[in-house]
Amino acid sequence: MAKIELKSLEHRYASSRKEKDSFAIEDLNIVWEDGTANALLGPSGCGKTTLLNIISGLIKPTSGSVLFDGVEVNDRPTRERHIAQVFQFPVVYDTMTVFDNLAFPLRNQGKEGNEVEARVNEIMELLDLGSLTAMKASHLNPAEKQIVSLGRGIARKDTVALLLDEPLTVIDPILKLDLRRKLRLVQQELKLTMIYVTHDQHEALTFADRVTIVRDGFIVQSATPEELFLHPRTPFVGYFIGSPGMNTLRCEKTSDGLEIPGSSLSLPSAIASRADKLKGRIDLGIRPEFVETSAEERSDWNRFTIQMVDHAGAYQVLTLQSGSLQIKARVEDHSISKEGDPMWVNFPSEKTNLYADGERVAP
Amino acid sequence: MRQRPWLFLLPTLVLMSISAFIPLMAVINYSLHTIFAGSTPEFVGLQNYADVMGDAQFRGALLRQLTFSLLALLIEIPLGVGIALCMPRKGGAVGLSLVLLGIPLLIPYNVVGIVWRLFTQSDIGVIPRFLAVFGYDYNVSLDATDAFMTILLVDVWHWTPLVVLLAYAGLQAIPQTFYQAAEVDGASAWKTFRYVTLPKLRSVLTLGLLIRFMDSFKVYSEPLLLTGGGPGNATTFMSLFVARKAEAYELGYAGASSIIYLYVVIVMSYILFQFINRSPEERRA
Amino acid sequence: MKKRSITLTAYFLLLFVPIYWMVITSLKTDVEILQSFTLFPRKITFENYREIFTSEVWRSSFINSITYVLLNVVMTLMAAIPAAYAFSRWKFRGDHHLFFWLLTNRMAPAAVFMVPFTELYYMLNIYDTHFAVALAHCLFNLPLTIWILEGFMSGIPKEIDETAFVDGYRFPLFFRSIFLPLIAPGIGVGAFFCFTFSWVELILAKAITLTEAKPVVVTLTVGIGAEGVKWGLLASAGVLTIIPGILVVYFVRNYMAKGFALGRV
Repeated sequence: MAKIELKSLEHRYASSRKEKDSFAIEDLNIVWEDGTANALLGPSGCGKTTLLNIISGLIKPTSGSVLFDGVEVNDRPTRERHIAQVFQFPVVYDTMTVFDNLAFPLRNQGKEGNEVEARVNEIMELLDLGSLTAMKASHLNPAEKQIVSLGRGIARKDTVALLLDEPLTVIDPILKLDLRRKLRLVQQELKLTMIYVTHDQHEALTFADRVTIVRDGFIVQSATPEELFLHPRTPFVGYFIGSPGMNTLRCEKTSDGLEIPGSSLSLPSAIASRADKLKGRIDLGIRPEFVETSAEERSDWNRFTIQMVDHAGAYQVLTLQSGSLQIKARVEDHSISKEGDPMWVNFPSEKTNLYADGERVAP
Repeated sequence: MRQRPWLFLLPTLVLMSISAFIPLMAVINYSLHTIFAGSTPEFVGLQNYADVMGDAQFRGALLRQLTFSLLALLIEIPLGVGIALCMPRKGGAVGLSLVLLGIPLLIPYNVVGIVWRLFTQSDIGVIPRFLAVFGYDYNVSLDATDAFMTILLVDVWHWTPLVVLLAYAGLQAIPQTFYQAAEVDGASAWKTFRYVTLPKLRSVLTLGLLIRFMDSFKVYSEPLLLTGGGPGNATTFMSLFVARKAEAYELGYAGASSIIYLYVVIVMSYILFQFINRSPEERRA
Repeated sequence: MKKRSITLTAYFLLLFVPIYWMVITSLKTDVEILQSFTLFPRKITFENYREIFTSEVWRSSFINSITYVLLNVVMTLMAAIPAAYAFSRWKFRGDHHLFFWLLTNRMAPAAVFMVPFTELYYMLNIYDTHFAVALAHCLFNLPLTIWILEGFMSGIPKEIDETAFVDGYRFPLFFRSIFLPLIAPGIGVGAFFCFTFSWVELILAKAITLTEAKPVVVTLTVGIGAEGVKWGLLASAGVLTIIPGILVVYFVRNYMAKGFALGRV
């Protein structure tokens, strides 16, 4: 396994009509450390798949470099990069048995006999494929096929990294959990450098040590799941991660401190003072989980009206309104809230993020 | 409700009974009689069949026909796949290539005959003059091998484009991902073809094999126009053989050989279909 | 990449050499054809074409061919569309056997049916008519077209039918306004195959026509052999019979790759 690095990478699709859209990826820099599980998260069409194909060499980047363990591999063809890739739709060699599928990459390297057999058996044991050894790959269900293509990826010992492109898309929800568990197990067991592309934040957050958020070919933030949750670098990340996403409130500086247009909200002085030295457009971001609520009147807190109550099992999501301002709050308490009731709300300063011109400012 | 499918099938059944069922019954009927122009047919049971089976000319024609179809398939299928692999995948060249491939398929059989007579005729043809340069004396009307090979060449010329079109359609339907995976797995070009392309082409190639088998087994106009079935019987294939007998008004004999001929085509097609529709593993089991 | 386009170009050249030869032969004088070997006509003449266009026999046989070919396309589609719908949507007793029996007719050599067709059509009093040829060609075209259309229709989910009926569509309206547009490519492909086969077929067309419906393909063969072969004339008639084919191919080129796989890829 290896460390993978992308340096000032750019990619443009030649056939793109509009100048602005013709960048799939623009000035991108990132390092994935050896043996870590990483996720690339972003909305569909943000350039994630392009990025994977650049790493595996299926696409040549317009400029910039790809480095494996510090060595540039731009000119190395795919078959010499020793990348393992699992695609969105399961790819197996239909006419071969499961065993032969797993042995295929090894045999392509010229390995034979016992060596192949030992390694394939090892992989089959790891992935619980033992009972399917002699089954023809075309007879497998999609989940099994996906496991086989995963196994094919990791069969070679010199594999540099395992790339997964939305591998759970076509898998039944019930089998998804099982497959994800297997993936995680394999990653830890083999100390794989893994890059997992997905548009599903839940998949990314539960799976990866580090999640990279991509939007329109740019990296917005690359951090641990916890960091993404607590300190989203932009309002987009805050909204994209979490369910429901972060509340983002446009603020205006006045002589009295900080105001939110369209409402008569008064903000805690701790927040207002943090905004003092900020310039440009200011946004306030707070996660629904951190919004403090009270059904009884509290001094210094703001009065909202409950617009909507969404029950989500263990908690409920309240949509609260004050003037033209709407925010969401997540509460564990089931007994009190009813649509139309008043609710007093507070934004604790230490859980509130401030953004100047769309960038988070550390307190 | 139960009758609804049959209501939908009614026009087909009416048309097919007029153009298939009744004529087939008539052929079977001929095959059981001895018929001479002007006299009353005489029922002879299976005598005609026995005559046909014992006729060296019939067996010769059948063997020749099998050889011809087999050779045609052996050449046309690999050649067709090979050309399909060379076809452009996108861009303006695709439409042009498809049109070019379609043209030979739409040339009426006897125009094919004309085209190739102009090409092979010993006095004015291109091929005799061309081969003469290499000292080969080519003559379709005298040399049995030349004649047979010429008919085969015409069939390959005329019908390989169909195989190309089929294979091309099959190739276009293979998701790019499969090739990417093979590349990631370090497969060589040959292995990629063997384990990705070929398996994915199986269903269209089955179709191509069947269509080409059935049609090459019916080859008629080409030998009729180019060689007249000769020299000797070198290019008298089954259709020509049967038609000759029918034209000579030997209807009983022609009927019996027709039925045997039809039976061979159907059985062979069925076997072929079963054979290629089963993978090696399953066959072993 | 380069090697491939060279191979392809070479193949196309070989494919079109015989056709090229026919075209230039049609533009040569008989003297040039017989007495010399030229890759390009020394003196281009349209005399052969003039003879065809002014000859009543040639003109009427062209019209005959077009007439029965179109008639056959219409008849085949009218019967094949409902039949293919039945095969693709419903299970019924004997459906597989019927389907296979239909296909075996596609395998039947035309020579087998030559005589019975002649006798049957004499009896029905339709011998030597356009209708008779169109009917005879149904023997091959109908099974093939049903097969093609069944493939296309099976590719369309049954839920579409069901949704339409739930929405209150009556069958004829559903069929006309929803289903037919969906399988239009299939119908195009089917029509293409019918046209092709009917246009090129020789044995049956020859056997069941005399004068009234004599197709151009038969006129062509008659031209051989009579007063010494008139090669130039034959070649130009050949060129003219290829033209409708080229037009058809041009119009269906976008469906062609898909159609040749009969929607079964």
